[in-house]
Amino acid sequence: MSDFKSGSLSATNIHLAFGSNKVLRGIDLHVPQGTTASVIGPSGSGKSTLLRVMNRLIEPEQGDILLDGRSVLKDNPDELRRRIGMVFQQFNLFPHKTVLDNVALALIKIRKMPRDQARAKALEQLDLVGLKHKADARPGNLSGGQQQRVAIARALAMEPEVMFFDEATSALDPELVKGVLALMTDLSKGGMTMVVVTHEMGFSRNVSDTVTFMDAGVVVETGPPEELFSAPKTDRLKGFLSDVL
Amino acid sequence: MDVLEQLAKTFFDWEAMGAVVPEMLTVGLPNTLILAVSSAFFGCVLGMILAVMGISRNPFPRWIARIYTDIFRGLPAILTILLIGLGLGPVYRILTGSTNPYPLGILALSLMAAAYIGEIFRSGIQSVEKGQLEASRALGFSYGSAMVLVVIPQGIRRVLPALVNQLISLIKDSSLIYMLGLLPSQREIFRVGNDSAANTGNLSPLIAAGLLYLCLTIPLTHLVNYMDKRMREGKAQKIEPDEAAAAIGKGA
Repeated sequence: MSDFKSGSLSATNIHLAFGSNKVLRGIDLHVPQGTTASVIGPSGSGKSTLLRVMNRLIEPEQGDILLDGRSVLKDNPDELRRRIGMVFQQFNLFPHKTVLDNVALALIKIRKMPRDQARAKALEQLDLVGLKHKADARPGNLSGGQQQRVAIARALAMEPEVMFFDEATSALDPELVKGVLALMTDLSKGGMTMVVVTHEMGFSRNVSDTVTFMDAGVVVETGPPEELFSAPKTDRLKGFLSDVL
Repeated sequence: MDVLEQLAKTFFDWEAMGAVVPEMLTVGLPNTLILAVSSAFFGCVLGMILAVMGISRNPFPRWIARIYTDIFRGLPAILTILLIGLGLGPVYRILTGSTNPYPLGILALSLMAAAYIGEIFRSGIQSVEKGQLEASRALGFSYGSAMVLVVIPQGIRRVLPALVNQLISLIKDSSLIYMLGLLPSQREIFRVGNDSAANTGNLSPLIAAGLLYLCLTIPLTHLVNYMDKRMREGKAQKIEPDEAAAAIGKGA
């Protein structure tokens, strides 16, 4: 799995509050082209919200988002999101459509591809995640791991420049986690630019190029995985690692 | 003549029933179906508009949908039918030159049905998980396309049983159209039975009308029950183990 037309992504000084609850307080995150950044931290630290701000599912109150070095805050948010694939904890496949149509829908309706061409491309993507033989099944008839791989295929079919993973393995049974992580590792090695919010410390440590530790809406520490995991500088990160490892 | 015989003659005079059946099937039945099905159709169209207004993030359309629903759900059917059917009659006659009460009857039934159907659609759409809209938006769909392609189809599917219930109501409520004054060829099932009962001084034709209504509504109520059960329990599904993950799991 390679030759993605991936791009770099930067978020600078992102602020966001829900009412009086300040969820993000000056977040900086830089993801160079072709690298994988994992974001770790306790629940409620703002990790998932940060992803949603970076593809403007939620608009930031302050700060800037740069894709390939250019600010995207003035772009049409729908067009921005076509360039960023996103995979969710709960898969969010469309249950009323077949697996193939889940992948082909955006190609037909957004990319305006002819139907047979879109279906051929969707089939190709399903083949990459090892689920071509499930093309005509409904998502409800697949295991969680298979559903998540379809969700990854659906995002990849749009040829995104960046992929977001929002706790993509958290809802999976333990024995299904590895298949999805293996696929994410392939993508990362293939040169996709990725931001991975995760509780999988093994993935974060072994696959990502940088690790960012967030707590209470701020970045507490960021750096190469060996540095953060072997020599955490702050007490907060030390405490978090001793809780999860 | 004892009481039982008197009751049998009043309600189950087979001759009087038999006499009205042909007219009931050739005139009454088609008219009832035209009234019920067309107002169900228009009620669904207007109901969907109300539902989409009702979940809008803009308070103004939400407010309009709310007021509309409160009014048409809160009035007795017969009052709405009379006010619209008789009240708009002259306007309709000036505009079209027609005195046919059918379009206004259908209008009144549709306006009432829309209030109920709008609430049914709204609850269905709102029951679809938030993640569906979020995933669609993340793919790059606009709010409108995401609703039309992903959220609303799922919402409608969930409320199909409630919609069939609404069709049953319309089949019954269409009988109220007789208040508007119908030509012989425009009479629906109830009016055909009622006229015949009035002419013969015997209630058996109304029993025949009742039986015909039940022939329409009972299969529909069973359809609702079947759909409900099917949705609750789903089709029997076999979930296979994740082969690829299992293979990798063994290696690790």
